[in-house]
Amino acid sequence: MNCMLILRSILAATIAAALAVVAPLATAAEYPDRPIGVTVAYGAGGATDFQARIVTMMSAQEDYLGQPIYIVNKPGAGGQRGWNDFVTRAKPDGYELAAYNVPHFIAQSIAFPDKVKYNIDNLEPIANWGADPAVLIVPNDSPFDSAADLVEYARGNPGKLTVNGAGKFVGHHIAFLQFAKATGAEMTYVPHPKGGAGALKDVMGGQVKAGFNNLSDAFRSQANLKVLAVADLERHEFLPDVPTLREQGIDVDDSSVNFRGIMAPAGTPPEIVAFLAERVPEMFNNKRRVAKKMKDGGSPLRVLGRDEVAAMWRERQTYLTDLLAGLTE
Amino acid sequence: MPEFLHYMGNVFVPFNFLVLILGTAGGLIMGALPGLSPTMAVALLIPFTFHMSPASGLILLGSVYTATVAGGAVSAILLRIPGAPANIATTFDGHRMVQQGRAAQALQLSFLSSGIGGVLGVLVLIFFTPVLAKWALGFGPSHLFWTAVLGVTVIASLASGSVVKGLAAGCMGMWISSIGYDGVQGVHRFAFTSHLDGGIHIIPALVGLFAVPQVIDMLARSPGGGSVAAVLRHSLWQALRQVARAPRTLGIGSVVGVIIGLVPGAGGQIAGLVAYDQSRKFSRTPHTYGKGEPEGLIAAETANNAMVGPSLVPLLTLSIPGSPTAAVLLGGLLIHGIFPGPDLFESHPEVSWTFIDAMLVGQVLMVALGLALCRLAARVILLPENYLAAAVIVLAVFGTYSVQHSYSDVLIMAVLGAGMWVLEKYGFGAGPLVLGIVLGPIAEENFVYGRTIAQAGDGVLPYFFGGALNIALMSLIVLSIVGSVILEMKARRRERGREAAS
Repeated sequence: MNCMLILRSILAATIAAALAVVAPLATAAEYPDRPIGVTVAYGAGGATDFQARIVTMMSAQEDYLGQPIYIVNKPGAGGQRGWNDFVTRAKPDGYELAAYNVPHFIAQSIAFPDKVKYNIDNLEPIANWGADPAVLIVPNDSPFDSAADLVEYARGNPGKLTVNGAGKFVGHHIAFLQFAKATGAEMTYVPHPKGGAGALKDVMGGQVKAGFNNLSDAFRSQANLKVLAVADLERHEFLPDVPTLREQGIDVDDSSVNFRGIMAPAGTPPEIVAFLAERVPEMFNNKRRVAKKMKDGGSPLRVLGRDEVAAMWRERQTYLTDLLAGLTE
Repeated sequence: MPEFLHYMGNVFVPFNFLVLILGTAGGLIMGALPGLSPTMAVALLIPFTFHMSPASGLILLGSVYTATVAGGAVSAILLRIPGAPANIATTFDGHRMVQQGRAAQALQLSFLSSGIGGVLGVLVLIFFTPVLAKWALGFGPSHLFWTAVLGVTVIASLASGSVVKGLAAGCMGMWISSIGYDGVQGVHRFAFTSHLDGGIHIIPALVGLFAVPQVIDMLARSPGGGSVAAVLRHSLWQALRQVARAPRTLGIGSVVGVIIGLVPGAGGQIAGLVAYDQSRKFSRTPHTYGKGEPEGLIAAETANNAMVGPSLVPLLTLSIPGSPTAAVLLGGLLIHGIFPGPDLFESHPEVSWTFIDAMLVGQVLMVALGLALCRLAARVILLPENYLAAAVIVLAVFGTYSVQHSYSDVLIMAVLGAGMWVLEKYGFGAGPLVLGIVLGPIAEENFVYGRTIAQAGDGVLPYFFGGALNIALMSLIVLSIVGSVILEMKARRRERGREAAS
């Protein structure tokens, strides 16, 4: 059984490789005629890398791109290194694409105008594959049972409520800023040096009183913590019993939701962008393999087309510029 | 019958066993290449498991993880280039033994003690997981801060010659580690060129600091070729007896490895160093450490491998990866629809137990394959030095580039290496410097993180100095420093005695 599958995939890979050699001779003008690279600005094995590998695994099929996609990891500085490298070095020929994380890259472009060379104007959205909302969590033995309990405590004890998250200028931080702004209560944000997983552990261990973390990670750890609210417009199918912050009377929208998708450098020929914008969402929507693997892995899939992503980017840009004013370097 | 024995048969199904052998052999080779860390090796192989059954896929990942950790000792011993940060302590006595012609013996001892440590670590994982998971959760930022400080006290043992120079090198390492973007405060530090924006990754630093000075020296020593060392034959039986006669060192190595492996965030990188230091302090002949003492090598390698099993405890029971390698393994589990967590062993007993059993069998297989390869591997150092130097440079550049696909990392490696060559001429060691790079961020990040929490709570002083665990760790630090001072005084007295005699 296993052997057969492996043999089949080796065979498929050989044929793909053979075609890749032959194809340029036959249809030199046709895009794509060789494998396409996607830069991931986070390390191998992380959530973005892991999902990027799943959603691109069917690209070699003729109905999709007809060429395999390979992942290039360029981690460092919370994604800044990989994206800086991408906008300064990638050729706009359709063979060099990258994965984006919203709100991270937009927030960074606002917070570090000197260091960061990318912004929504020098990047072309292609399509979105996933959305991972931030959730408000507390330890299992915490006295707080709702977002309102937390707010009440924060009002009575200004600054004493510690809320952690993966770092600064990431989705969790945005969710915290919105939460603090909407409630008007004074509380302390504690960015974790080792990212989301470390922050989640410290909420479980009671090192902090609460945290904003990824829905997908909190979902797996429900036995060890209480999920009080989702920072999104609607409840999530993974956690249907958890209310949104809005339902609890706290006006927080979906600006902190971690959207992941594919983008190209600005200047990529319009016909190539159009081709990708048509085929890539279909590839993300592949039910049999992609959707199944994403669901098995506990990663929420949300496919959006190019126009929707472009609108979402612009909306975030305006909102985050306002929210982050006064917090930047 | 205990459950782990019940599923042991799965490991020996022909296809699974083949995967295990390939994973172990491949892991040993990848581990031996400088720059290819266990984290990278596991990440590289995850796509290969997409088409396997969950059990076979995890056997591959588990066996590669255990074998790369052990394989890292090979280049540490033969070339004095640690394959991963965990192997730094292995270089101290391991490479001295090679220079004395005892390469075969050093490799045999390294694989045997790796195997013993590794098996003990996996047994701890099998029998004590639920208890230990709770304990690991109790480790907060203040405790991690003190653990890092405890690591710094090891420097006194590493600096053969001058403790002051050792401490100075440690400080330099800490400064180097602060370069780049700091995610906690959201600021860029010391990044005057864009090459430094991403900070200094530990692997390029390690390769540069250890490999480059080595290569420059090789070329300077013998521009026309020629090799230094001979490889004396050493029987396996003798090696076994030597390991069996060192129960205290094996004990120290295993205990240190298990405890450090459990602490999420310490990452196990310092397990080898701490075990080396402790074994030296308990030894009756501490002055032989650093001069080719087999027990120093045994302590370091036992600890490195003992850390592997326990480092998976937080991952398997809480779904929290405690180390970068565990984070990559989490991806490998998720892709097969396996959610680690408290009910993992009930919901997927077959897959999870097969995985753990594979690590256990993998350890034994690793020892067997490693020992079989010993004599062949040891012959590497008989190559003329100019060829060897060229090969090491190729591997160094390749390994450095492949970590993050970054040309900046290659430049950083070269610059740090050239600087280290100069520093070595003035008696500064690469060991303390790397220790500074590893421990600096742990100490700093956890101090800043803990301080933010403390300021919102009871204040900084009670947060860092109160509580049983903080006090216990501080006592260990004091003991470690006192121990170093006593050792130093003994060594001085010895020297004076020798002078008086002559």
